[in-house]
Amino acid sequence: MIKILFFASLRDQLACESASLCYSQSLKNIQDVIALLSERGEIWHKQLNSASVKVAVNQEMADLHTAIKDNDEIAFFPPVTGG
Amino acid sequence: MSVSIQQDDFDCIDEYKLLLADAPKIGAIVTFCGLVREFDQGQGLALELEHYPQMTEKVLLGIIAEAKARWPILNVRIVHRIGRLSLSEQIVFVGVNSEHRQAAFKACHFIMDLLKTKAPFWKKAISQQGDYWLAAKACDQRAKAAWE
Repeated sequence: MIKILFFASLRDQLACESASLCYSQSLKNIQDVIALLSERGEIWHKQLNSASVKVAVNQEMADLHTAIKDNDEIAFFPPVTGG
Repeated sequence: MSVSIQQDDFDCIDEYKLLLADAPKIGAIVTFCGLVREFDQGQGLALELEHYPQMTEKVLLGIIAEAKARWPILNVRIVHRIGRLSLSEQIVFVGVNSEHRQAAFKACHFIMDLLKTKAPFWKKAISQQGDYWLAAKACDQRAKAAWE
């Protein structure tokens, strides 16, 4: 199982703070995860394919080509604004 | 080296005293404190700060390690608040001590610039004009890029 988290404005827009995906061999990288989540609807497709969206795998910054494996924690979020 | 993410306010004097405890090796302490300033032409009420637990601590400790690799600093303390913060409340504290002032000045500046662009915190503005998520600023990205 892969755990997915959404934060801040992205969570609000998707009206979803977390999701789980069953791991399969076809989920090789972040791009594959985005493609699968995009099937949930137009808003998912639009938000997750936005150029500004950031992604982390197991709390480390990642990109579309980052490989994933079973039990990973993937987080999607907008650019950070702390400090 | 220590990092605290907390809802409660912090006392800059207490934080300063922690850095002072490394005397007599240290010759300099530099501290920075960030506050909630007024916004929306006086109609802003508060900020709501959210973060990504675990990743936040990991990123901040990584930034400290990077600062230590660049400058001869001895100790670093970072405190960042989350939750609802009213105008003029303290948001963040960064304190650095070192033998000589240049290292502490530069490291403190560097840590803040990287915190603003890498640590997973997000601010929501609570305003009489309506609530909205703040957008990241290009000037913060430029400040970070200047260290590369």
